[in-house]
Amino acid sequence: MKNGFLLLISLLSPLFLNADWLQFRGSLGNGGTSITSITQLSVKNKNSWKSELPGRGLSSPILVDGKIFLTASSGPKQETLHILCFSQNEGNLIWERKFKATGRTICHEKTCVAAPTMVSDREVVVAQFSSNDIFCVDLNGDLLWLRGLTYDFPNAANGLGMSSSPLISRGVLIAQVENDADSFTTGIDLKNGEELWRNIRPKGANWTSPVLLGTGKNQKVALQSTKGISLINPTNGKESWSYQNGASSIPSSTPVGDVLLVPSNGLTALQTRTGGNSHTEVWQDNKLGPGTGSPAISGDRFIVINKANVLTYAKNDNGEILWRMRIKGPVSGSPVATRSHLYFFNEDGLGQIIKLEEDEGKVIATLDLQETILSTPALAGDGLYIRSDKHLWKISQ
Amino acid sequence: MIKLLSIICCLFGVKLSVYSSPTSTNLIQSLVAIKSQGEGNQEAMKAWPLVSNFPPSAIPQLLDAMNRANNLGDNWIRAAIEKICEQNATQLPIEKIIVFLQDYSNEGGAREMAFQILQSEQPSKANQLIPSFINDPAPVLRQKAVELILNEAKNSSTKPKAIKLYRRALMQAREVEQIKEASRELEEAGEKINLIQLMGLLPEWQLMGPFDNSERKGFSVEYGPESEKGLTEQHKNKDGIVKWEKFSTQDELGLVDINQKYGELKEVCAYAKTTFHSESAQSAHFRIGSKNAWKMWVNGALLFSRDEYHRGKTRIDQFIIEGKLQEGENEILLKVCQNEQTQSWTKQWEFNFRITDRTGSAIHSNGSIIK
Repeated sequence: MKNGFLLLISLLSPLFLNADWLQFRGSLGNGGTSITSITQLSVKNKNSWKSELPGRGLSSPILVDGKIFLTASSGPKQETLHILCFSQNEGNLIWERKFKATGRTICHEKTCVAAPTMVSDREVVVAQFSSNDIFCVDLNGDLLWLRGLTYDFPNAANGLGMSSSPLISRGVLIAQVENDADSFTTGIDLKNGEELWRNIRPKGANWTSPVLLGTGKNQKVALQSTKGISLINPTNGKESWSYQNGASSIPSSTPVGDVLLVPSNGLTALQTRTGGNSHTEVWQDNKLGPGTGSPAISGDRFIVINKANVLTYAKNDNGEILWRMRIKGPVSGSPVATRSHLYFFNEDGLGQIIKLEEDEGKVIATLDLQETILSTPALAGDGLYIRSDKHLWKISQ
Repeated sequence: MIKLLSIICCLFGVKLSVYSSPTSTNLIQSLVAIKSQGEGNQEAMKAWPLVSNFPPSAIPQLLDAMNRANNLGDNWIRAAIEKICEQNATQLPIEKIIVFLQDYSNEGGAREMAFQILQSEQPSKANQLIPSFINDPAPVLRQKAVELILNEAKNSSTKPKAIKLYRRALMQAREVEQIKEASRELEEAGEKINLIQLMGLLPEWQLMGPFDNSERKGFSVEYGPESEKGLTEQHKNKDGIVKWEKFSTQDELGLVDINQKYGELKEVCAYAKTTFHSESAQSAHFRIGSKNAWKMWVNGALLFSRDEYHRGKTRIDQFIIEGKLQEGENEILLKVCQNEQTQSWTKQWEFNFRITDRTGSAIHSNGSIIK
């Protein structure tokens, strides 16, 4: 009976995943989803809407149980931190919480304090900001706990701003606070905000986000820095294996099954060996290096957009490049994908849908929102969700 | 017990009538007592659902609690007040909130929260109050009043009227961008503005260097100037004896360009010292801007250090460090380090520095404060 129940849950889980978008680059953290593709972009559709935002942000919306959660920052020094909850259907603001930054808020002009994307386990949502303030609230906006990691560790800051999005794994919030001066990643008990562990990390600015590898009790967290990858146990921070051939400090790794596509020497695929305490390098290709955004998974293929605005479509298992095409960039956010289509916005606000065929990619729809967009979209069965500094949009077909 | 109360409140929408009781004081104290590294979170987690269910008449008490809270406790209380307002928008004690807002003895953050409530619930009343913030000790409130004057100046029908308004904005502003805006407009109109004097930037220093910073290790090395007699004596670097030498910046914003003294060197450190005269013992904000790694001592005590290079540009008030000035002479010592990077945007080896009170008003070495 128990096994039957578990089987039912596991069969249903993709349906839940289809409805929700729980973290940066989707519930799987790799930009991929198995929902039915949207093939048109129209703001005039009756199900599309646009809502004003009270502040700036590079963070992406997350979707939980019919609600959209998003962060923003406002004020002369971006010292006001907003957590916003919108209705997924109507776009109306359901609630808003405003906090004051306790850490540093100075950033490069292009980024802002609301850069990291929120994360949820469907019970709570957690927001982290560039000031390293962390707030855990329930889905109704009731505050459960908060932390101020730069308040705790005053040198934990980056003069250009920080952007790592937090993760939840096995009841632990993983907050990456990596910088030149006081660099660490910490595991925080999701129940009460208490520190479970804190690992000293390589000194250096790091804008990448941690990613999950594996599921259930065997789930691990991959931390990326310019030194490489450290795969850790989320419950105690202990390292299972490391890869030390360097990696990017901007685009993040992309998990697919037990393989991690790492922006290192172009792109390098690392696979955890049986037992989980070592890895093997499956393939590496220096022509597959991503630009600012991270690679996205589309079934057994992946997509990379490089600094020269060239999109590459390649195979997960061996890195074989199937085709390349030039797109209208520059693109700061990461692309997201279904099994057959790719979605992204360039910095000028031009949304683009690429149909991913085996021998070529075709631009099948575009939409110019005419606002600067530096963020990553969220994708659900009923539409595409994207934010600029001024608005949150739902775009249905 | 707290849990039970919480469940009852949630189930039946009961507003706690205990907010003026010792119980309520204890609950609020749980939010005030938050400390760093999550200490106190467990108690605050229990108290918050109850506090956020207090009746709206408890808001002044909660604002008062913000006076005693640190920045973390401030956020706990802020969220509770917000929830109370959300549930009781029509019953807020607006007059008491205004009284709290207008009382300068309350902390700036708590008064800002009072203004936020007013702005949310009665925006026209809030807007009417903004001009009265022109001498406000709370920087954010004062900034709103200055913004009004700057906007009025921009929209003035005549140049003389605009100039008059820009002069007023310049004298009242404490926020750097507002000062720069008013100053820029007045200079375009032909006026000469001494920003160094106005903002209390320190242009006169004595420099000593260069010292070795190979592999960025010099940041942690205690060279002579950091030693007990460092401020008065000459010291050795790898090339011989180095002495304190006067350096005066001509930059209108008080930028001390160390490259001007030693050339565009890499992997080096230099020290800068000055004596600051304070009329009385007082709390102060030590405000440094630098895109280099730096350390700051006041009267021999290390106040803060930052081991980061070229992450953004040097800004005024980039780092604001709280500390104390003693009556009479105060020795300020800075160590500013340059790293090995060779890109064009890593040439700068520089800093600016000023001392203000907690409202952002410049404290001058002769003892005067522009209020």
